[in-house]
Amino acid sequence: MNALTRKLFRDIWHHRGQMVSIAAVTATALMTVLTMRGTYESLYHAKASYYQASHFPDLWANVERAPETIVNQLRAIDGVSAVDTRITFSSTLDLHREGAPAIGRFYSASPEKEMLGALHVKSGEWLQEGDRDGVLLSEKFAIANAFSVGDTLQALLNGRLRHFLVKGTAISPEHSYAVPQGSLFPDDEQYGVLWMSRKAMSAAFDMEGAFNEAAFTLTRQGDIRHVQSEIDRILKPYGGQGSYTRENQISDQILESELQSNRQTGTMIPAIFLGVVAFLLNLVLRRLISTQRQEIAVLKAFGYGNTAVGWFYVRFALLPVLAGSLVGIVSGIWLGGLMISVYKDYFDFPDLTYQLSGTLLVIALSVSIISALVGALGAVRKAVSLPPAEAMRPQAPARFTKGMIGQFKALQKMPAAFRMVLRNIERRPVKTIFSSLGVAFSVAILVIGMFMFDGMYYMMNLQFNVAQREDLTLTFNRPLAETASFDLATLEGVRKIETSRMVPARLFAGPLKKEIVITGRRTDHELNRIVDASGAILALPLNGLVISKFLADDLGIAQGQQVQLEFLEGSRRFVWTQVVGIVDDFLGINAYMEIGKLNQMVGGPKMITGANLSVGGDRQDGVANYLSKVPVVANVSSPSRGFKLFEKQMSESLFISIFFLIGFSSVISIAVIYNGARIALSERGRELASLRVLGFSKKEVAVLLFSEQGLITLLSIPIGWFIGKELGRILLEQVASETYRIPFILDWQTYFYSALITVIAAIGSSLIVRRRLNNYDLISVLKTRD
Amino acid sequence: MGEVKVVALRDVDFDLFEGEMLILLGASGSGKSTLLNILGGLDRPSTGSVRYGDQLISDESDAGLTAYRRKHVGFVFQFYNLIPSLTARENVALVTEIAENPMSPEEALALVGLGERLDHFPAQLSGGEQQRVAIARAVAKRPRVLLCDEPTGALDVETGKIVLKALEKVNQEVGTAIAIITHNAAIAAMGDRVVQMSSGSISDSQVNSTRISIDEIIW
Repeated sequence: MNALTRKLFRDIWHHRGQMVSIAAVTATALMTVLTMRGTYESLYHAKASYYQASHFPDLWANVERAPETIVNQLRAIDGVSAVDTRITFSSTLDLHREGAPAIGRFYSASPEKEMLGALHVKSGEWLQEGDRDGVLLSEKFAIANAFSVGDTLQALLNGRLRHFLVKGTAISPEHSYAVPQGSLFPDDEQYGVLWMSRKAMSAAFDMEGAFNEAAFTLTRQGDIRHVQSEIDRILKPYGGQGSYTRENQISDQILESELQSNRQTGTMIPAIFLGVVAFLLNLVLRRLISTQRQEIAVLKAFGYGNTAVGWFYVRFALLPVLAGSLVGIVSGIWLGGLMISVYKDYFDFPDLTYQLSGTLLVIALSVSIISALVGALGAVRKAVSLPPAEAMRPQAPARFTKGMIGQFKALQKMPAAFRMVLRNIERRPVKTIFSSLGVAFSVAILVIGMFMFDGMYYMMNLQFNVAQREDLTLTFNRPLAETASFDLATLEGVRKIETSRMVPARLFAGPLKKEIVITGRRTDHELNRIVDASGAILALPLNGLVISKFLADDLGIAQGQQVQLEFLEGSRRFVWTQVVGIVDDFLGINAYMEIGKLNQMVGGPKMITGANLSVGGDRQDGVANYLSKVPVVANVSSPSRGFKLFEKQMSESLFISIFFLIGFSSVISIAVIYNGARIALSERGRELASLRVLGFSKKEVAVLLFSEQGLITLLSIPIGWFIGKELGRILLEQVASETYRIPFILDWQTYFYSALITVIAAIGSSLIVRRRLNNYDLISVLKTRD
Repeated sequence: MGEVKVVALRDVDFDLFEGEMLILLGASGSGKSTLLNILGGLDRPSTGSVRYGDQLISDESDAGLTAYRRKHVGFVFQFYNLIPSLTARENVALVTEIAENPMSPEEALALVGLGERLDHFPAQLSGGEQQRVAIARAVAKRPRVLLCDEPTGALDVETGKIVLKALEKVNQEVGTAIAIITHNAAIAAMGDRVVQMSSGSISDSQVNSTRISIDEIIW
């Protein structure tokens, strides 16, 4: 080891606190990249290979009842590669337990080789064709309800109680994320997917020789628009409700939004951290070089070239970054594996493992090295360009002006000691601004993380406590006559009934169109209300259509515009109507119309497809149980259970997320404040020693040293709030989807806690530096020439 | 490498009297700075005792030493040690703001002949002027003891004399006892008493019958 390298290690050891803090910031950056982007890549590849291996469909279409004979017509569409038809119905499962009944979504299983979205059997065996009583259960449902192969379960199929034998458990790519109809969260105890043989399904639901759902894969060259319009044309006479793509397939949709958010977090957070690394290295190196002026001069005088001197300081910058990267890579791989195991609880993929690609590793490492070099560059250039003769002389004294104190009378009453603090900040505005910006990002990270949760919570609270105020939500298997509500009214405990009709329709706006579901309801509904993101309740007008803002933006529809509707049931009328309201709502894509007007437009008898009930006190479970056994009732759900599920899922992820957020932001604020204070101590050691000699106590001197860091921290808080708010707004816009749009809500707690955590981190790092200050040797400092 | 014990002072028995001007002479390494630091409460002796009036300084805690420096002692160093971000007036105000019954900063600066340069920053002042600001800062609290460690060490002869005159004036007008450390034997004649140090001990102590005017000193 040559002498210069030995000096490098000694210098690094001398600055170990600062080196460790910079390494920690780098490690966090790398860890986030490998965790979030690594998870993204792993999920992405697992999904892609699973979709490919299982022939995941590109399109789906639901019909009322179509004869099997038209399959050849569908198969013949130019661009279609394969067609798989199914029979599917929801039924109540009787699991002999207390509380609300479970819902099973039954599917007919096509022969193993022909199936699109093929099942992956996890235990037991594949169904025998013609097996009348065997079912396969979705694995998570089986686990949640402790079913194993050979167990039996009862279900109410088409009004008849049936006994089934569990033949096995399976996972399906179409139900990777299994959510009950109209919900966003999996409820494995209450909702499961079941597969039966085609023969048994047809018999049970009177669907011999017919199907009610078809799935399609396309050829490579297939034009999706053409295929869709052909499918829709062929299925129209059979009650076709319009085909839909993966974009509207709920499981894929949720998976996709999870992927995107990982991709974004995996880019944004590390970018912030590496920016901080560059800034800190610049700060530390600049100070180091200015204290080592004379050493540089001596080295140069002895014949060391600019390259040797420059390389010395570049190595000084690279060492903590490389060490931090190493830690980051190891912890990122570990955490990525952990993340994937959490994802396994939500998404069913046969071989989901954390896989780190070489490309990602190389990119992440290169970017961190580049940020180290960017940070070091300015400072190292200063060292290299210093002529030896000039370096021998002490640095020219810093120039000060009266600055703000000269200008503002109020500041002139300030004690002389605090004038020092203010002038030091004023003299280096750029350094002050960057330091504040660094700490501001730690505030911003907290703001973003916390308000995402605030927004989610706010959204769900609006949905379940302001919009959906009913005790039970009913969905029927098929449209019923309006008079069905009289039957509901006779049930004991039912206090109020509000019925509605959902009609699938296609909405045309200029050249654009979209399949939607129009909800017809009375204008005076009190249980289930139309609520916008601000919590305002929207009155439904008697005429015209009210649609979600997300839909309006998507199709470029303005309020007052005339749009055309094609109803996808009954006599499939085309009608014109006016968009009379645009509601900035947050869940799903909605369209509402007064039910009388809707009935009129659709034509035919007045129908209802669902009802919301208010049920007295203790009768809720009883009514729910009774209704779930009524054949025409497809689904009975309770919004309060939905809210509980949401809260459960939130509290699980909240704890982990908050833990990481606090960690992330503390790493930044501690690193910035600690380095700032260390450098201030090194720059101002002499001044502070003078003050001690003049009779200032240790505490008074510490207050002076840290008031600069304190001011920087205080300045950073509002900046951080602002950055967090703006970044959060952008992030929300990017993750907004048809499924949900988190409202932009910032409550005082987010402001308060983000500031509090940052202040605590700042105080903590000051205390570390204070120990050093207390051990400062007064006399030796004053004996040397600055 | 083991720790090596270095004895800086040995068998030093020494008094500084009220209002006197004392010159501590000695070559570098003779222990005079260590003595001054102990007198000023910047350091503690490992054995022996130091008293300020009835107060036993050598037994004081850190806080006690801080209070002692704050109330009773002024320091002047070779390298001024002014705060670069504060003007002359503000440098003095640093002390007057924490002292009991101090002079005003303007008064203190006028005493050292800098009444006209109140609002200059240290970087805008010459070495001699900076040292006089340091003296004004040290005496503004009306200390009973002023300790000066090579106050002219970094200055040329003429400027050095101006600084010494300022010290003399403080001694006469404020009545502060002053101890000046120097290796410059020529200065000895301006003191009431001259103490010679070598190898950590007092080798000689003389009382000057008359103090020579600073203008007559030649080095």
